[in-house]
Amino acid sequence: MFGLDKKDFRLLLLVAVLVALAPFILNPFPEGSGMAQFNAGYPDLMQRFVIFGIFAIGFNILFGLTGYLSFGHAAFLGVGSYAAIWMMKLLTMNVIPAIIVSVIVAGIFSLAVGWISLRRSGIYFSILTLAFAQMSYSLAYSVLTPITGGETGLQPKVNDPRILDGTLANGATPKANLFGLEMGSSFNLDVGAWVFTFNVGYYLAGIVMLLAFYLSIRIFRSPFGMMLRAVKSNQQRLNYTGLNAKPYTLAAFVISGMYAGLAGGLMVAMDTQVGAERMFWTASGEVVLMSILGGVGTLIGPVLGAGAIKYMENILSKINSDILHTWFAFLPDGLEDFVVTLIYPFIGKGWHLTLGLIFMLVVIFLPGGLVEGGQRVARLFGRKKKSTDTPDGKTTPAE
Amino acid sequence: MEAIILQILNGLDKGSAYALIALGLTLIFGTLGVVNFAHGALFMIGAFCAVTLSRILTISHTVVDETQKDFLGNPLKVDVPYVYDWFGEAAGNTIIDWAVPLSILFAIPVMIAIGVIMERGLIKHFYKRPHADQILVTFGLAIVLQEIIKYYYGANPIPTPAPAAFKGSFDFGAMMGFDPNTIIYPYWRIIYFAFAAVIIGAVFAFLQFTTFGMVVRAGMADRETVQLLGINIDRRFTLMFGIAAAVAGLAGVMYTPINSPNYHMGMDFLVLSFVVVVVGGMGSLPGAVAAGFLLGILESFASMREVLAVLPGLNQIIIYLVAIIILLTRPRGLMGRKGVMED
Amino acid sequence: MGILEVKNVGKRFGGLQALGDVNLSVAENTVHAIIGPNGAGKSTLLNCLVGKLIPDTGSVMFDGQSVLGRKPFEINQMGISRVFQTPEIFGDLSVMENMMIPCFAKRDGAFTANAYAAMMRDKEIIERAEHVLEDMNMADKRHMNAASMSRGDKRRLEIGMCLSQEPRLLLLDEPTAGMARADTNNTIDLLKQIKEERDITISIIEHDMHVVFSLAERITVLAQGTPLVEDTPDNIKGHPKVREAYLGEAAAA
Repeated sequence: MFGLDKKDFRLLLLVAVLVALAPFILNPFPEGSGMAQFNAGYPDLMQRFVIFGIFAIGFNILFGLTGYLSFGHAAFLGVGSYAAIWMMKLLTMNVIPAIIVSVIVAGIFSLAVGWISLRRSGIYFSILTLAFAQMSYSLAYSVLTPITGGETGLQPKVNDPRILDGTLANGATPKANLFGLEMGSSFNLDVGAWVFTFNVGYYLAGIVMLLAFYLSIRIFRSPFGMMLRAVKSNQQRLNYTGLNAKPYTLAAFVISGMYAGLAGGLMVAMDTQVGAERMFWTASGEVVLMSILGGVGTLIGPVLGAGAIKYMENILSKINSDILHTWFAFLPDGLEDFVVTLIYPFIGKGWHLTLGLIFMLVVIFLPGGLVEGGQRVARLFGRKKKSTDTPDGKTTPAE
Repeated sequence: MEAIILQILNGLDKGSAYALIALGLTLIFGTLGVVNFAHGALFMIGAFCAVTLSRILTISHTVVDETQKDFLGNPLKVDVPYVYDWFGEAAGNTIIDWAVPLSILFAIPVMIAIGVIMERGLIKHFYKRPHADQILVTFGLAIVLQEIIKYYYGANPIPTPAPAAFKGSFDFGAMMGFDPNTIIYPYWRIIYFAFAAVIIGAVFAFLQFTTFGMVVRAGMADRETVQLLGINIDRRFTLMFGIAAAVAGLAGVMYTPINSPNYHMGMDFLVLSFVVVVVGGMGSLPGAVAAGFLLGILESFASMREVLAVLPGLNQIIIYLVAIIILLTRPRGLMGRKGVMED
Repeated sequence: MGILEVKNVGKRFGGLQALGDVNLSVAENTVHAIIGPNGAGKSTLLNCLVGKLIPDTGSVMFDGQSVLGRKPFEINQMGISRVFQTPEIFGDLSVMENMMIPCFAKRDGAFTANAYAAMMRDKEIIERAEHVLEDMNMADKRHMNAASMSRGDKRRLEIGMCLSQEPRLLLLDEPTAGMARADTNNTIDLLKQIKEERDITISIIEHDMHVVFSLAERITVLAQGTPLVEDTPDNIKGHPKVREAYLGEAAAA
């Protein structure tokens, strides 16, 4: 189906179902219950899941396939965001032109950066991309203020030209929309104690992510994708096999830059503002973390990694010591305090510590990330199943 | 002329910090072949050694002072540092005042210990793995170290002043025979530069003139042959890691009066230091030092008002710009050896 | 006029004259061996032929076209395939994928933006790759990870990858170096079989005289960067200059 083999099609279908049902899946706990804070089914966070999923999918096409570790991908995301916001200021609040232009602009920018950076490989390549990204960040923050808004960033204003939209009604504020359908609008479904939110922006971003995911499967399964893996495996042999490695890696770089630009454009479509900090090198580091955590070089890994990190960032960081105390209230007082003190550094503002530790553990023990972990667990169960004579012991990792 | 000298001097302190961090990075890369992204965190931990020591020195107990009264007429409770009890008030004050320089003594064993533990506990397992894995695991470690510091010391910068004797500035221009008040330079910065020069000199002398250093240099050139000679090179390399950590830590200790330490200062410096290492040439110790000072001074020149009027924002990007140009024209950096990290 | 014409090629590395004045002509559809003691410049010469090095002087013509200044992949596209001293294969990929890559390179050229095509539905490429795998007696290993094979199999795969491109000239750089006797003999048999079945020119650089004399139709002896003699294997065997070159080396070592 769609030019995919059965296994890949099943994976795509699974992701599609998960994206479609995310408002349910991510809100398993009833509103007002003690566990409600673990619900991730609110629009803002769900949008971030899929947008960073796109970012990580794109990054994985470069790093996962060719092995070129870029430490500057946030620059493309930032450039895409700026391009999108300018479309909204000049042309229309409709998100379609904004998203398309963000991809194109990020593509052109990554072509320039890639063309220079790919003259070197290994750590030199990493440093070059880092240098370019930091330069872009510094420029966006200072000299390019007329274009980027500098420290304050950019957002659409009431008196922007917006050629296609015409003047706004009195008192109206510009809102991102898709042919009149506002990105921010949501539909709430109350089922008993549960509230499920269906947000227009999320579903738009979700559909775009599915397309991006589908495209990445096609790339992975194409001769082009095989050449990229060959670049990672043995560039010398590739050269002596009559293949020019440079356009392949450059194409991969530009494709992943365009994915980053797409993510940047979608971010603006969901939340119409940009700041330079989006391009800071820690943002580039974050997408590296996502890919590795999920499973670099695998199809679904980056999406999982992006989801895991964004979940931690938004949920784990909200737990404070009061909440911990209520959880461990059943313990005797002294023990309760002890347990809370023990856990406290890892949650709330300290969630980065947990992230860093998990990341290190993954790099050390589980180089294949969550996907490899899932496969190991599946194999464990598979073996057990086989011993009880179940015919199909092989399972694909579900999430 | 005065303006040029002033900019060179201004570039020296940052350049010293770059040079020291880059030197440590290169030592680790040259001896162990590991790309250490946690090196900036070691610099940061060094700075927090100074913070810690000055906190330890001011640990106090409360006494009731009968000679002073609060507004209700009750005797005032004052905090008296334990150092006063041991050394008397005047000497105690001097000790507290000199907390930053004293931290050098405190930081050396701490940093060597941290370095050795890091190498034995983690880095050791990554010698045989690709450079990308080394970058990733040390990047994770850097996050962890930085978060631990943030947890215990908070997110705000902690002012850690230099001893009173070194506060203020002096007229360097007048000393050199220029017009007075043209080159004003803070004392501490010149001390920082001198300190960096001493450390760099000590590291080079150590490598050049001691047997230990000779073995390490031989091991850098050809690890296997040295091992075949029956020398336990691993233990020496571990210690070199400790020394590199100490160099970074000392750079951090002495940097505290220039810039109040905060938990992310390591990352800020790390990115630039890597650029410095690459510009100097991966694996070249003199290259790292030269590039550190060179880039520090260039950055300082790029921040001159006259330059910014022509090329606004140049100070923000000069280092990266130079790095890009050098990497493209001289892929091995200024003094890089052949065959280092070339796939 | 041979398929490969090397004229007055010289190459200097700093103070070392690696190649003096090399003239060499490889006739089409022959096996031509280049032998010589260590440091004779065999590898330097080979690297000049495939674009890794550019000679300081002289010319290298392949089938009437100059190869000088061309990149390795361009020279490969002209019809020269190279087998390395230690087998260079794509270790992370499966044997089948290893074989498909040169097939794509042969059919689609040095770069094709075929990111949307389904690789495993490309019947032409798959048939071709499987055909070569069968020729190499490796069809049963097609799903194996290439890095996990024995050295002999890796060599076989590498030769197969080169042959799948149907090169006009196959360059072999000490193809049996470091191999066990059995693997060496297998490789010799494989090369003999290739020579008999295909219209192909083979140029082989080799240290092992056993390999050279079982394959070569013509031999060039290289010493200190210049060709000493060029002749048939029988004439080379007893040639005094050759003995001198090799014995001289033995005496020095």
